[in-house]
Amino acid sequence: MSVVPAEVLPGSALAVEEPVREAAELGPRARLWPALAAVYRAQLSRARVARIPLLFVATFQSVGIMILMRGVVDGGGEAQAVVAGSAVLVVAFVALNLLAQYFGQLRASGGLDHYATLPVPPAAVVLGAAGAYASFTVPGTVVTAVFGCVLFGLPIAHLWVLIAVIPLAGAALAGLGAACGLLAPRPELATLLGQLGMSAALLLGVLPADRMPEAVRFLRDLLPSTYGVDAFARTFGPHPDWALVLGDLAVCGVVGVVSLAVATWAYRRAAVR
Amino acid sequence: MCAVRGLTKTYPAVRGRRGTPATPEVRATDDVRLDIRGGEIFGLLGPNGAGKTTLVRQLTGLMRPDRGSVEILGHDIVRHPERASRILAYLGQESTALDELTVSLAAETTGRLRGLEAARARAERDAVLEELGLTALAGRPLKKLSGGQRRLACFAAALVGERPLLVLDEPTTAMDPVARRAVWSAVDRRRAERGTTVLLVTHNVIEAETVLDRVAVLDRGRVIACDTPAGLKEQVAGDVRVDLVWREAAPLNVPEVAALRDRVVESGRRWTLRLAPEEARAVVATVTGGAAFAALDDFTLTTPSLEDVYLALGGAARQGLVKG
Repeated sequence: MSVVPAEVLPGSALAVEEPVREAAELGPRARLWPALAAVYRAQLSRARVARIPLLFVATFQSVGIMILMRGVVDGGGEAQAVVAGSAVLVVAFVALNLLAQYFGQLRASGGLDHYATLPVPPAAVVLGAAGAYASFTVPGTVVTAVFGCVLFGLPIAHLWVLIAVIPLAGAALAGLGAACGLLAPRPELATLLGQLGMSAALLLGVLPADRMPEAVRFLRDLLPSTYGVDAFARTFGPHPDWALVLGDLAVCGVVGVVSLAVATWAYRRAAVR
Repeated sequence: MCAVRGLTKTYPAVRGRRGTPATPEVRATDDVRLDIRGGEIFGLLGPNGAGKTTLVRQLTGLMRPDRGSVEILGHDIVRHPERASRILAYLGQESTALDELTVSLAAETTGRLRGLEAARARAERDAVLEELGLTALAGRPLKKLSGGQRRLACFAAALVGERPLLVLDEPTTAMDPVARRAVWSAVDRRRAERGTTVLLVTHNVIEAETVLDRVAVLDRGRVIACDTPAGLKEQVAGDVRVDLVWREAAPLNVPEVAALRDRVVESGRRWTLRLAPEEARAVVATVTGGAAFAALDDFTLTTPSLEDVYLALGGAARQGLVKG
């Protein structure tokens, strides 16, 4: 069907013997921020197609857990921990579990080739996707927090702290999720790791820490979502200790930076095999 | 514009585990040497598993070869694989990265990630979707499209943000004739206007014969021939292919038919023979007269195609190339 013979085309006169020639000019490279914005926007649009049912699941799960726990805890500090844990659980479900699954499947199916053959910084792909997944958690987390406050009669005055908790806990958990998804040798393992991470966030984050044995409490301290939970829980008190809140959030931030760096490294490794 | 020398890649042997049998070491590309000229449509033809995709992955910087060199437009792709993305656009076989995006957003995002400014990406997106007849589908997610339409949408994404080399891995799979024509006229336009070079992976013989300027035939990781389609066909010009389709089974009680049995490739009711012209004439005379004719459903005589070239050159797979 091709109607243009190769000989008449521009540039074809040089034919085969052209080994020593000036290298051609390279096409433009995508810069970090525009590329990140483009990936973020594309990922966010996927929510409309694929993610909305799962966001409902995430929210209902947390709301259900709070209703169950109402019969167990007797207000005060435990109620604060349950509400904060349930709210952060939405972040763990979406940012950790779903993102691990997404990257695991993308890697296994060869979908990473698409990004790997575009001149885009690896950090833009990882941060764009992680940012979008963290954003998916906003409505569910807010709904869960408000519902929990009403259910347990907690003050809603300091709910604004979610503005810091969601992005920082989101960064930490999305970074972990992305790293799990990109490092797991098989997609089933990525799914498994994501599920385990979420189960850990559920059990260690929602159940009040005071009743846990020492070993479990140590595990709880290792989990980054814990610091998001603690930061949020502290703000329900009558006189929150803002230094401690900031400290907890700083831990989330540091884990986020480290895990996103690991995920970016894992992406680079997965893209060129 | 693209020179490949001594390219070799061996997949290591995999030890068997429960449920997965062990696989021996596989040499996916074996000392491949190619020269692709500027502005041509160069094809890689071969059956599944011949090493086409592995070769392309090494040319696009997605995979490091064990040995050998790849130079595209003066850039060493083995040493600087990241430069490949700034020289070429690649259409792989998978669309999972784009599946949940709308056609319009898939094209626009790809353009943005190819380094275009936002306004330019939108303008190019609109132009390419219009050119390929996808404007009506622009708002639909790729997931909801048919296989051929989805492929065309991925092709559109590959065209946004111009590159001097297009690497297309079976671009027209599952496409209807209208979509195929849209693909080839888009390719031709870029070739005529900008001298774009195309590297096409295909196992479709008809397509290879009609669109390619030159073709390299791959078999078990080696290039077993490289020429124009017509040049390759001349190599086996002496032979004619005879296809015989029997109504139920071949009449083996006819001695002339029974004598052919060792030389046919049998596939159900169909017998395929590659013969010198005189022999072919004799066979046709036999089966169209006498006792054999009653058992014959249909027969065809054809001049060689690229598939015959592949088989005559010693291609290992007796099947695997697609006709039509």
